[in-house]
Amino acid sequence: MNKTVLTVDDSRTMRDMLKHSLLKAGFRVLQAEDGLDGLEVLKTEQPDVIVTDLNMPRLDGFGFIEAIRRHIDHKSMPVLVLTTEVDSEKKSRAKAAGATGWIVKPFDPVKLVDAIRRVAA
Amino acid sequence: MDPMEEIRETFFQECNEQLGELETGLLHMQAETQSADTVNAVFRAVHSIKGGAGIFGLDGLVRFAHAFETTLDSVRCGRMVSTPTVMLTLLRAADVLADLVHAARENTIFSEEQTSGLIGELTKLNQESAESSLQFATIVNAPAPTLAPSHAHNWQITFCPHPELYAKANEPALLLRDLRRLGEVEVMLNASRLPELHQIDPDGAYLSWTIILKSECDEASVRDVFEFVEGDCDLSIIAMPVSTDMPDEPPAFFEGFEFFPSNPIEPVPILPTNEKLEITAKLDNSVAKQDSATTATIRVDLERVDRMIDLVGELVINEAMLSQRVLEAGIVRASGVAVALEELENLTREIQDSVMAIRAQPVRSVFQRMPRLVREVAAQTGKQVRLLTEGESTEVDKTVIERISDPLTHMIRNAIDHGLETPEVRRASGKPAEGTVRLAALHRSGRIVVEVADDGAGINRNRVKAKALENGLINADATLTDDEIDNLIFMPGFSTASAVTDISGRGVGMDVVRRSVQALGGRISISSKPGIGSTFTLSLPLTLAVLDGMVVTAATHTLIVPLGAILETLQPRANDVHPLDSKVRVLSLRGGYVPMVDVALALGYRSEAIEPTRSVALLVECEGGSQAVLLFDTIQSQRQVVIKSLEANYQAVPGIAAATVMGDGRVALILDVDSIVSTSRAESPRIESMRAVVTLMEAS
Repeated sequence: MNKTVLTVDDSRTMRDMLKHSLLKAGFRVLQAEDGLDGLEVLKTEQPDVIVTDLNMPRLDGFGFIEAIRRHIDHKSMPVLVLTTEVDSEKKSRAKAAGATGWIVKPFDPVKLVDAIRRVAA
Repeated sequence: MDPMEEIRETFFQECNEQLGELETGLLHMQAETQSADTVNAVFRAVHSIKGGAGIFGLDGLVRFAHAFETTLDSVRCGRMVSTPTVMLTLLRAADVLADLVHAARENTIFSEEQTSGLIGELTKLNQESAESSLQFATIVNAPAPTLAPSHAHNWQITFCPHPELYAKANEPALLLRDLRRLGEVEVMLNASRLPELHQIDPDGAYLSWTIILKSECDEASVRDVFEFVEGDCDLSIIAMPVSTDMPDEPPAFFEGFEFFPSNPIEPVPILPTNEKLEITAKLDNSVAKQDSATTATIRVDLERVDRMIDLVGELVINEAMLSQRVLEAGIVRASGVAVALEELENLTREIQDSVMAIRAQPVRSVFQRMPRLVREVAAQTGKQVRLLTEGESTEVDKTVIERISDPLTHMIRNAIDHGLETPEVRRASGKPAEGTVRLAALHRSGRIVVEVADDGAGINRNRVKAKALENGLINADATLTDDEIDNLIFMPGFSTASAVTDISGRGVGMDVVRRSVQALGGRISISSKPGIGSTFTLSLPLTLAVLDGMVVTAATHTLIVPLGAILETLQPRANDVHPLDSKVRVLSLRGGYVPMVDVALALGYRSEAIEPTRSVALLVECEGGSQAVLLFDTIQSQRQVVIKSLEANYQAVPGIAAATVMGDGRVALILDVDSIVSTSRAESPRIESMRAVVTLMEAS
């Protein structure tokens, strides 16, 4: 059974790119456009790992992670955040919200897969 | 297509959308109607472009977007106030960003000099705001931990997770698994703090580990394993001298970790996916994006839509043919067949309308480009201009949208350059220094109407008349109404600006605008009031797939004349017809002379000219505003026809714009009025290919 990754990003380019890299690495990919959309997906799916952008309309990455951590079924789901550069302030905010780890954009497909495998049981 | 190419294409498409959002957002900010949402949307647009640009290694774009984004972030956090100066810099940055995206798409080089100046300005704004800000953030660069030299080959790691580590879904077992990748490990569990079962808090942290790692890696690699959990655990990493008495066999408890899969996930071939359709269901939410109501959108290849439009066109034709047959068969109107057929007819019309609606898009994409144009032209002319747009969500066929961009650009340039006065002149005449250009779109009687209005001085009719006289466009004794004078500006070779300016004097005048509008089956008109302003009105068909036409007969052949070109229908009187020579005749019409074209003769349907008094004449307007009279035998009706391209199905034919299939199944040609008038005016011999296609059509 392939592991399932939920990617949450408002940029179509980024969604396509993540999907392309993850499919190639053998993952099953679910997509959402923003935090609210992501929560919607989680109503019916149990991904192994979530990869989320931080800056998104409606519900941003921080709020999305907080909502996940509050949810009894999802609280132990690994969540990686996409940060554009080594932005320590955003990283620590994401951490405080409950992010498991991070991936630095522009991501390198190898590092992306590596980070996912690091946190996926 | 190569998947990366496809993603690249998506990226640029998305960039254009983001640039549109950026422009709109900045204008809202400028108009001080901003909310936190607006600033956020603006920030996100730039951020998104930067993110995508990073993927494709577009470094110049990333650098610029980064500087831009940093400034926007300051505004967003309230560190910077969006004063008019700041807004102008931001708007200019948006323009440069658009240029950079364009350059990246075209793979052209964009010189660093063009961006570095603005990057400097953005950075300066940022520094100023940081200095004046109370929330001055001190950035402390923690000294990098001194790393032990890498020749130490053993590491003793003590690792004690805090409850926070578990709360963030990190898993010690996975970290231990990662450590094993670095070398041989010996793991010792310390469970001394583990309470009795009934006292265990499920969210608590009770275990800690000591690990001996035999590896040639350096300290950084070891720290890297714990990268995500730093701060959520006690961690010490101590280099140990290499000892020879390390047990070779791992302790028994280590076996417990074996069940964790350490083999990487097997790559599987990419599934064949039809990803052309991206279904994006947007949830209703009060903080949803501006203007995006609850909508579900799908992206479909244009080709598929066009194929469907084509098929629906066929359906309409077939339905018409069927009706004709039913009529011919003498079936009474009240019969079941006739009633069912009528229902079919209504349904077909509805399907046609719905399919046409698929190709329809809001004019927003064109309108969004105009603020930048206005800024540029205003800067070049030294005028102060405010652009008002209305009806951005008015929808029209995609092709129409693509083709009105140039005429609109020209009209707006013209409105600012020739229409609006300089601030000094405006003030002197008691107007606000800032002029207004209004760009509005609306639907009116099955067409789209686009208006470009300015509150400038209006058309200087004396100057226009003098200019027209000078260029020989009118006679000295001509008495013209105000309306007629205004319309002189559409004449070819007319230019009112006494000095040809850089802005609108690019060798193209309003006649070019008119011609391109007419090519779309549209009309353009002007109304002007001295001292109050001028309004240009464009009226365009909503679609290019169907045409409103006059069905006429020329020597037993059915032809369609586009309704948009027809000014009036006449019955020539014998004493109004004047022969110029053996071939060319003119019709005297309200004091002027209009050339007459016998269409049947021009198309080679017959060799003898028809007697004008026994024919029907259509006064048509041609390229450049000139007029001509087309002669036909009879007028049959007026109806909407489905346009079938002649180029796509046969080849281009002079005098003929396209073809259509009539209800009786016969092919009818749609006249290209401009071409047929200019062809016969040049008295060129009737073109053989024209006959060829006519023969072909008759054969079908």
